[in-house]
Amino acid sequence: MRWGIVQFPGSLDDRDAWYALCRVMGAEATLLWHRQRELGGVQCVVLPGGFSYGDYLRCGAIARFAPIMESVTRFAAQGGLVLGICNGFQILCESGLLPGALVRNQGLSFICERVWLRVENAQTPFTGLGRPGELWRLPIKHGEGRYVVSGAELARLEQRGQIVLRYVDSAGRAGPDANPNGSLNSIAGVCNERFNVFGLMPHPEHAVEKLLGGEDGLKLFRSIEAHLA
Amino acid sequence: MTGRPHRAQSDLAEADLEAALAHGLSAGEYERIVAGLGRRPRRAELGVFAVMWSEHCSYKSSRVHLGKLPGAGARVINAQGENAGAIDVGDGWAAVFKIESHNHPSFVEPYQGAATGVGGIIRDILAMGARPTATLNSLKFGAPQHPRTAYLTRGVVAGIGGYGNCVGVPTVGGETSFDPAYDANILVNVFCLGLAPASRLASARARGPGNPVLYVGSATGRDGIHGASLLASAAFTADGQDKRPTVQVGDPFTEKLLIEACLEALESGAVVAIQDMGAAGLTSSSAEMAARGGLGIELDLDRVPLRQAGLSAYEILLSESQERMLLVVERGREKEVAAIFARWELACAVIGRVTEDRRWRVWLGGAEVANIPVELLTSEAPRYERTARPPLPDNKAASAGRGGEQGFERRAPTSVEQALTALVARPNVGSKRWIFRQYDSLVMSNTVVGPGSDAAVIRLKGTGRGLALVVDSNSRACWLDPYLGAVFTVIEAARNLACAGARPVGLTDCLNYGSPESPAVMWQFVRAVEGIRDAALALGLPVVSGNVSFYNETAGQPIPPTPTIGAVGVLEDVSTRLTQVFKRPGDLVALLRTGRPSLAASEYAAVFGAVRPPEPPRGSDADEPRGRQEAADTCVLPSPVLAREKRLLETLVVLAERRLIESAHDLSDGGLAVAVLEACLNPEGFLGAEFELPEAEAGWQRELFGEGPSTVVVSLRPGREREVAELAGAAALEFRLAGKVSEQPRLRLAGLADLDVDELAHRYQQAVEAALDGYGR
Repeated sequence: MRWGIVQFPGSLDDRDAWYALCRVMGAEATLLWHRQRELGGVQCVVLPGGFSYGDYLRCGAIARFAPIMESVTRFAAQGGLVLGICNGFQILCESGLLPGALVRNQGLSFICERVWLRVENAQTPFTGLGRPGELWRLPIKHGEGRYVVSGAELARLEQRGQIVLRYVDSAGRAGPDANPNGSLNSIAGVCNERFNVFGLMPHPEHAVEKLLGGEDGLKLFRSIEAHLA
Repeated sequence: MTGRPHRAQSDLAEADLEAALAHGLSAGEYERIVAGLGRRPRRAELGVFAVMWSEHCSYKSSRVHLGKLPGAGARVINAQGENAGAIDVGDGWAAVFKIESHNHPSFVEPYQGAATGVGGIIRDILAMGARPTATLNSLKFGAPQHPRTAYLTRGVVAGIGGYGNCVGVPTVGGETSFDPAYDANILVNVFCLGLAPASRLASARARGPGNPVLYVGSATGRDGIHGASLLASAAFTADGQDKRPTVQVGDPFTEKLLIEACLEALESGAVVAIQDMGAAGLTSSSAEMAARGGLGIELDLDRVPLRQAGLSAYEILLSESQERMLLVVERGREKEVAAIFARWELACAVIGRVTEDRRWRVWLGGAEVANIPVELLTSEAPRYERTARPPLPDNKAASAGRGGEQGFERRAPTSVEQALTALVARPNVGSKRWIFRQYDSLVMSNTVVGPGSDAAVIRLKGTGRGLALVVDSNSRACWLDPYLGAVFTVIEAARNLACAGARPVGLTDCLNYGSPESPAVMWQFVRAVEGIRDAALALGLPVVSGNVSFYNETAGQPIPPTPTIGAVGVLEDVSTRLTQVFKRPGDLVALLRTGRPSLAASEYAAVFGAVRPPEPPRGSDADEPRGRQEAADTCVLPSPVLAREKRLLETLVVLAERRLIESAHDLSDGGLAVAVLEACLNPEGFLGAEFELPEAEAGWQRELFGEGPSTVVVSLRPGREREVAELAGAAALEFRLAGKVSEQPRLRLAGLADLDVDELAHRYQQAVEAALDGYGR
């Protein structure tokens, strides 16, 4: 399979995603420039972390108007897999490809640290190699990662199993002490209703090598590979 | 003209001189300008001289001394005549690194001051053709209870994060301390390291007359005129707040684009020379490039991208708008380079050309506004051999900024528990997690050891190698003895690298001092340079770059002498890197020693007893009874044996490379007791330790809480002690088994204390937040 990683001006983790996929996993990945309209036949599109267009307005609010987003939206509508990491998650919410929004962390500060996540739904294309309730250790690094959504929508998300990852403590318990940014219901990652678009605040591409602190992120990328194989 | 000047002309001359003085130039300097030009300077020219001859840009008070620092070394590439030297770190890679201050702007406007400090040093590294790969910072704030400290701390930390996180360069480490001596003049020193293939380092030397000069990046505005140059070249007065408009505003997004576009342009091979527009903006970047190449430059200001119409030549030349670079490009390849910048949506304009006539000529609206010999702006700028004199006891500058704190606990602690419990809650000792958690330390996927250890470690992709990075300072020691304090600082930096398993390979320095016009301050400065020189030579480390920040004083009160040292080490195999934490119960705890710890300049002395200068206390100080009797213990720094220090570094690296030890941690604030506690705080689960005092008869105060270059705490698997002891013995180092790591998280000190690690850890981890809490946002 071939991965496509979108580069917006201000994308920062684009090269890291590329390194994780190509150099660590040995996969094939191409960088997709924000102004192009073609996706070049990739099977999974990654919207990487960073500060697209500086994020001087709401995070992701400008990126959703990038020419490439028309193609990404069409690709998603056709059932193509789209993975949004951090800023990519914010862009997916701004584009309406995912429900909800990401607002300023409850503590008002940027947070960079490793957190524990619980796999809530292991039947998605993004988590198929995990077990339900399995704990993953991934880093977060964001100032605007607090997931919010309307009460009615939240109930639907929970009911349909669209909440894929939740912040928990090392024993797997969710709660205010294990919720770094104040996200509703400790939500760290959500899928759309068709389960082909997934956004998460943690960075799987920064957890692919033991030398750098862990490799749980590989489970996510390998799940996608396995799904498409 | 002969004879007596007309009255009108003498008025004119007087007005000129007044304008020069208002620009911060001296009467003598003004005369020198007139003599050099052979005429009166025009208005824009006067502004240009004022910034180019400012302390910040010309190093006029420091240059005669900086030549003493060793710049050469087997691994050094192109130290001469460029912005900084580079170090060959193996496998064809060069590391470029530098540290710079942004003290005054950060005191005036903490967020933007610190943010643009990060932006500036990143561009410095970029200008050498290297990809900025990691930053660290050294921060000095006033006492936590000072009304502005919490505001300044929060602002600076948010500014560093705001810029660094958005520009995509990880902040991998640093140090922060609080001391009332910095109440009215904080320090923000930022270090950046970049990597480039050794064969592809860029030059800041203009070449090829006729080659076009390109301006790239943000448009020029009125912001920051005289910002870095003049703000940093004068002491603060009580109205320092009024200088806020001279602080620039950073745009990290544009800087990110600038990094990518410049690296792409450099890769094209079309760029002959590159320089960032930092202090004194377009003026200094163009004049310095011309000077390095022994050439001239012509600039047409009508072609400079402007943020608003109607800027004067003076404003365009002196603007310190951020995120701008100046390029000299091979003639005929302008379009190719312009296309790269267009792709990144950045302004790019040909604004001049390189000439042969060694003159710096500038036009606006078809009229020549400046025509100055390049050398007069650069190499012929004034240099002063300022008077340096050790302070007399009644010299105010000498007693200024001393480390003794208001409100320290006068009563000495009666138990280890009391002392340690108090010390770990001090923001100087406690974890800086509250600070570094706000920085992206992971982007670029190289961070092997992030903030919070002795040194940060990044890997060099594709090579198996690693680099260790650290910044260190010790202002209390430098205040007691500016020479030994500087020696201590270099040793500490090198030790921190070796504790990560890395072989130190190079240094950079940021020298923060009061006014060079004070002989006592100048003496502190000269002694520090000599200290850095002696330590660097003895350890075999070149000083490849540096920065001097004078005038760190407010209302006549200078800061303590504060040389900050940035250091870089190489790990041949990054998998041998060490961290400070104990790894498993049952491991042995041992001490490697080069000398005895000392309470002089220690955190313990700052809390429980005044740190005093060696001269007899005078005036109100004499009323305090403790001064003299404790002098021997707390006022005289021990002299380290540099040859022994060098052997310690080598031994640590060998121990790491042969995988004979599991952890290594150098003594720092709080001494051995705090070092052992920190080693227990393994993030995978806290451990404990039982150990005995090495020299119980010397008194637990000094043995447990003494600092200085003395001891490294290591842990090792049982059974390896003989081999480790042999290596230490071969290097004539003291090696002493002191105890072992325990599963139960308790700190057990034979006969002296049995403390709960969790409780201490809680106080330790909350220290910074708790100290700032309740002091405003």
